[in-house]
Amino acid sequence: MKIAIIQFPGSNCEYDALHVLKNVFRQDTHLVWHKDFNSGDFDAVILPGGFSYGDHLRAGVIAAYSPAMRHVREMAAEGKPVLGICNGFQILIESKLLDGALLQNNCLTFVCKWVNLRVETTRTPFTKFINESSILRIPIAHKEGRYVNTRRRIKELYDNDQIVFKYVDENGFESSDSNPNGSMDNIAGICNLDGNVVGLMPHPERASETILSPYKTEHGRLIFESLIKYFNGGR
Amino acid sequence: MKEYTVEVVIESKPYAKDPEGMTIMRDLMHKTGYERVNSVRTGKFLRIKVSAENGEEAKNYVVKMINDLRIYNPVAHTYSIVLKESTG
Repeated sequence: MKIAIIQFPGSNCEYDALHVLKNVFRQDTHLVWHKDFNSGDFDAVILPGGFSYGDHLRAGVIAAYSPAMRHVREMAAEGKPVLGICNGFQILIESKLLDGALLQNNCLTFVCKWVNLRVETTRTPFTKFINESSILRIPIAHKEGRYVNTRRRIKELYDNDQIVFKYVDENGFESSDSNPNGSMDNIAGICNLDGNVVGLMPHPERASETILSPYKTEHGRLIFESLIKYFNGGR
Repeated sequence: MKEYTVEVVIESKPYAKDPEGMTIMRDLMHKTGYERVNSVRTGKFLRIKVSAENGEEAKNYVVKMINDLRIYNPVAHTYSIVLKESTG
């Protein structure tokens, strides 16, 4: 499996993702400048976190018009796995590869903390080998992460099994206290209809080694391991 | 061609909460005695100068552009547009 991590001007989590995939999982992973990206022989692509184009106008919207996104769209259409983390999720939303909007957090501030995520579906390459309803401890770090959509579209997301992660408390229950940004229905991550394009606000790449976790957990690994197993015959 | 000024205001749709507007109203206006304020919605303002043959064309050009380039996210935002006097 050959994985691309696309670097936009203002990306700042690309090396974290590269470190995890290359050094922790020993995967053939390449950092590619957005202008040089060509879907070519890549099997999967990751849009990393950060502040592409300084979040000007609206987080992710300028990167959505990078020529790189044309290739990402092609890969998505071919059914290849596409993962958007934080700003990468915002770019997928603004590219219309995922539906909805990510608005300013309810609390109006940048929120950086560890949250609990419940896995809502195992039909994506990134969750296929995680038990449904597992609780993952993974940190968030964003100011524009409040997922918003019309009630009708949110119902469709449920009906089509497109909600991938929700913010929950440590017992796995949804509550307003466990919702760090005011997202509708505690939504932390969603996927497209086919399930191969996934976006989430939390950062699994920051939660893949016990040394980086105050809880000595490494739950972020599960998401990358799932992708690797998916390619190693687990489709 | 003349130069026209087109002003675009982008704001959240009514169903999307606007915590910034709510904070300005509740924690600033109401707390300082401006209790007759019933609602505040914040948004983004773009003043665009554009060359065109006439005002109608200038406005249409901007409408097409803000839709093409997703200057607003139609899921969560609405926009309003005002053509100002020719400045050219």
